[in-house]
Amino acid sequence: MARLKVATATLAGCFGCHMSFLAIDERIFELVEHVEFDRSPINDIKKVGECDLGLIEGGLCNSENVEVLREFRKKCRILVAVGACAINGGLPAQRNPIPLSVILDEIYLGEAGIAHGVIPNDPELPLPLNKVHPLHEVVKIDYFLPGCPPSADVIWKFLTDLLAGREPEFGPELLHYD
Amino acid sequence: MKSFLLDGERISFEEGETILQAAIRAGKYIPHLCFHPEFRPHGSCKLCTVKIAGRQSASCTRLAAEGLEVESETAELNAERLLLTQMLFVEGNHFCPSCEKSGDCQLQATAYHLGMTSAHFDHFYPNRPVDASHPEYLLDFNRCILCSLCVRASRDVDNKNVFALAGRGIATHLVVNARSGKLGDTDFAATDKAASVCPVGVILKKGKGFSVPIGSRTFDKKEIGEWVDTRLKERT
Repeated sequence: MARLKVATATLAGCFGCHMSFLAIDERIFELVEHVEFDRSPINDIKKVGECDLGLIEGGLCNSENVEVLREFRKKCRILVAVGACAINGGLPAQRNPIPLSVILDEIYLGEAGIAHGVIPNDPELPLPLNKVHPLHEVVKIDYFLPGCPPSADVIWKFLTDLLAGREPEFGPELLHYD
Repeated sequence: MKSFLLDGERISFEEGETILQAAIRAGKYIPHLCFHPEFRPHGSCKLCTVKIAGRQSASCTRLAAEGLEVESETAELNAERLLLTQMLFVEGNHFCPSCEKSGDCQLQATAYHLGMTSAHFDHFYPNRPVDASHPEYLLDFNRCILCSLCVRASRDVDNKNVFALAGRGIATHLVVNARSGKLGDTDFAATDKAASVCPVGVILKKGKGFSVPIGSRTFDKKEIGEWVDTRLKERT
């Protein structure tokens, strides 16, 4: 049986969900018999190829996040929002009620100790979005894994269900938003 | 004793009891948020909607009657309850990981019960500043689901009228009855019933924080369906 191709990415997240993924511990040996990693921070491949499964951590806070998400949607047969930020914007989205210009002014111009602050404007920097958005507001998401982070057991249950051809399901013991 | 059928099971009731009251007393769970056994029903959250003779009705306001055949645990009703819950999540700012009420929150526990993995709709991200003017309590309006339990507790039990729902439709919001609109300018006290009745994380005691570790909180230990009637036992 061909191994499933899996890509992962962190957008506006803290890598906590990836850390939780790695917390499947020795089960990763079993996993690599069934999957092959494409683009992921785990192997540092930068471009996503044709994949069976894409796991995205974090919401969308800038234009690059949107570009990466759209690329994943194009290349991945199944796309999964992993963790609180991917699902509702999470901690980064708590800036949403405040206008972006007010935030930038406060941080780069108004903060104590900044004498001649400037708002960074290098063309290489992706532009911040006015609001942080969860993934499903921009592309179709096939599955959601809630949790901050989703526990290794949630991620494992999801992957093993999927590999076994079952509809992934979480019992009440695995469904948590924190 | 008179009785009705709830999902085929016989539930006895006393005269004047609603379907939801009788169901809770019998240990049967019908999802609900704005209902509390110690208060008169409000009938606003609609999560307790059941089907009687093909018609939908809020079970917290519908009086039980002899021989009624009530459907509650059906795929159709639970799908609608899930949609209502998802709408509550996107209307406010419900960031569970940074909320002190997480694990003790009835909105969160109801969403778990209904199997919610995402809020489905686009988030509103409303701007609702926190009121920290009171020395002992703070109000985080971001999490308000307009159940009106604090309004009813303050008015009917505390005889104070500290809270009210203002505005209409989608503009409905919780207000504090003071010229300044601040809790610190009311006679709200820690001993008020209204201080302990909030099902979500709006009315919070200061200086408490995340005092109970994950794993030991109310809904870490009990599913909400098994928890609802504990409020009855506390009363007796």
